Amino acid sequence: MCLGIPGKILEVHDARGTRMAIADFGGVTKTVCLAYVPDVGVGDYTIVHAGFAITRLDEASAIETLQMFAELGMLEVELGAEEPVP
Amino acid sequence: MDERVAGAVDRPAGAAEIESWSCPTPVHPGERVVMGHGGGGRLSAELVEHVFLPAFGSAASTATPTDAAVLGMPGGARVAFTTDTYVVRPLFFPGGDIGELAVYGTVNDLAMSGATPLALSTAFVLEEGLEIDVLTAVATSMGKAALRAGVGLVTGDTKVVERGHGDGLYVNTAGIGIVPEGVDIRPDRATPGDVVIVSGPVGMHGIAVLSLREGLEFGTDLRSDTAPLGALVAAMLAVDPDVHVLRDLTRGGLATSLCELADTARVGVEFEESAVPVPEAVRAGCGFLGLDPFHVANEGKLVAFVDPVRSDHVLAAMRATPEGAGSVVIGRVVDDHPGMVVARTGLGSTRVVDRPLGEQLPRIC
Amino acid sequence: MKYLDEFRDPALAGRLFAEIDAAVTRPWALMEVCGGQTHAIIRNGIDQLLPDQVELIHGPGCPVCVTPLETIERALEIASGPDVVFCSFGDMLRVPGRARDLFAVKAEGGDVRVVYSPLDAVAVAEANPDRQVVFFGVGFETTAPANAMAVVQASDRGLSNFSLLVSHVLVPPAIEAILSSPTSRVDGFLAAGHVCSVMGTWQYEPLAERYHVPIVVTGFEPLDVLDGIRRCILQLEAGRGEVENAYPRAVQAEGNTAAQDVLAEVFEVCDRSWRGIGMIPASGWRLTPAFADFDAEQRFDVSDVTADEPSECRAGEVLQGMIKPDECEWFGTTCTPRTPMGATMVSSEGACAAYYQYRRIATPVSVRHG
Repeated sequence: MCLGIPGKILEVHDARGTRMAIADFGGVTKTVCLAYVPDVGVGDYTIVHAGFAITRLDEASAIETLQMFAELGMLEVELGAEEPVP
Repeated sequence: MDERVAGAVDRPAGAAEIESWSCPTPVHPGERVVMGHGGGGRLSAELVEHVFLPAFGSAASTATPTDAAVLGMPGGARVAFTTDTYVVRPLFFPGGDIGELAVYGTVNDLAMSGATPLALSTAFVLEEGLEIDVLTAVATSMGKAALRAGVGLVTGDTKVVERGHGDGLYVNTAGIGIVPEGVDIRPDRATPGDVVIVSGPVGMHGIAVLSLREGLEFGTDLRSDTAPLGALVAAMLAVDPDVHVLRDLTRGGLATSLCELADTARVGVEFEESAVPVPEAVRAGCGFLGLDPFHVANEGKLVAFVDPVRSDHVLAAMRATPEGAGSVVIGRVVDDHPGMVVARTGLGSTRVVDRPLGEQLPRIC
Repeated sequence: MKYLDEFRDPALAGRLFAEIDAAVTRPWALMEVCGGQTHAIIRNGIDQLLPDQVELIHGPGCPVCVTPLETIERALEIASGPDVVFCSFGDMLRVPGRARDLFAVKAEGGDVRVVYSPLDAVAVAEANPDRQVVFFGVGFETTAPANAMAVVQASDRGLSNFSLLVSHVLVPPAIEAILSSPTSRVDGFLAAGHVCSVMGTWQYEPLAERYHVPIVVTGFEPLDVLDGIRRCILQLEAGRGEVENAYPRAVQAEGNTAAQDVLAEVFEVCDRSWRGIGMIPASGWRLTPAFADFDAEQRFDVSDVTADEPSECRAGEVLQGMIKPDECEWFGTTCTPRTPMGATMVSSEGACAAYYQYRRIATPVSVRHG
């Protein structure tokens, strides 16, 4: 469930009192509703599900996560090199 | 070859007898035709296998599961003969229209037998009330497409149905062409070891057309890849008259073409997912609709099985043509898992690739 | 940063697999609740590449699959009506009722339309004032905000011809039902990332504590799923049972409060029957009295439409993680995507469909440490 994919907000407009936007999904654009993400603006990335942005994507957090993946296993390598002789 | 787990069978238990699976009553009495029957996937195949062929009886005994039928003529010439009906909605879409499709689609079916296309017939079913301007635009498009493809529009027919039946305009084109001597292209020629080449990026037509579908509309620069492939095939045959298999990718996508070929020829096909060119916009469109790019329709692409000794030359010849500029090798024909198409994922695991069941439905889950 | 390919990097996947390999010392059974995660696992062959001791059980994370037969029958009844435009997400169209599905209703002349968003159905209602427009409101908490907004908009615009056929289900009660079942084999959970984007992670704290199980909020790209599994395994190996957020770029502990506010206005908790599982108390949402006028079940009086689940279909056992799809005697023979017996074979998120679609060839051992 929850087929939600990242979309970048290109422009924001009002549609009869509801805050809407055009989001770009890597070359495909679609109108999405921003009613649930009032602090999201142009340039932000969001997860869009059934035509609604449900959360802002935090870039710093994403970078941190990827960094953590890249560092996996490296600590063990270092420790392994310094393992004391039994 | 990588070592397999000792004692492991080639497939997990549940998948062991895939080829022998058949539903005992595939067409239930009283069942109606549903949109999926026209989707080019399993349902379409079922309609042919379980309704048309049995009903046609012995009259269809020489029918072949190929894009075109190749008939021997007195005197030794071989004629390729094919037909197709075009029902695309909307009639005009980014990169093409129903008229171009109607010409190129049938020309391409002829080309897939290696035939030089000769002539097309055109038959129209028009809905009462259709604007003459629309009809003129479609016909003009067909004329231009025929010139580009080098084929004559030699005979035709027109019928009109009452308003409310017919969705505007349907076109059928039937085509004939001559198969040169020495050319023998059909699924059965698939040979383990053959290189599998796709002539360019996939999924463009399907996503371009879907973008205009009511209820789904989305913006994209993507244009349909509708194109005639006669020149591409001619370039390939010039370098290798003995190309084994050609199939143009249409409804049902790359997966359907590979599955049909594997099934008909009783060979296995393996390919690398990451080798298949998928434009970013197709990936994105498929992403938000929940579609598989390998199941999305194309209109100007083919897949070829070529002898490995000559495949480099064929690939180079393809890349030198406009329609084949994006050609790449994606995999091989194998003798493992006959009838099945297996893809290796980006992570290094494998999965069986199947045809889509019916119409491609956007999903939420 | 595009948030897609970066989280599909095969080299980083290799590191995550290696970490999981290194951490595992005994068998563990993990359940992913979300159908989207099931899809990602099967499509990428993640279960093939994990160490043998890690078993993935596919949970009831497919709202399409768990919509009760009775609700499907009511949907079919409503959709067959004259002057009705029945709008739905694509996945619901092929879910079998007793004898037919929405596709069949369409073939018989019903006006059944696929839409991408419930707001599209509201637009249809506005454009067709003399037709009754019904939207099939299924989904977990991720979809509920969209459906809620559709009802709010219809209400604001005075669209009395719009109604919602509600079949919402909630994740935490489902997890509790599985945990409290004596036959449960689940050691740890991967919680549905986008459900938590909406609802936050706080609902899972009492469950983790009461049952002492790890509940890791997990995303949907291959690296996200692997990281969720990794963290779950690490907790289990260390004897911990906590809520952990492995999808921090899209999930905060408090969730989306703007969505939660609207949800509280439009929906209230109710008991809900899950197809294949049975009734789970307080596991669903229905419209609040303020919006009851928009309830399609009341507007169309389908209360006499009832249905019992067919006894042969074992979707329930699959949904509870008791059997794998290919352990069901009907799998691939009587029950295929073409002739599905239960919704788990129809929905692209259903475990049975995922297994059928992506049936595997054994992966050579040397590939596993990719």
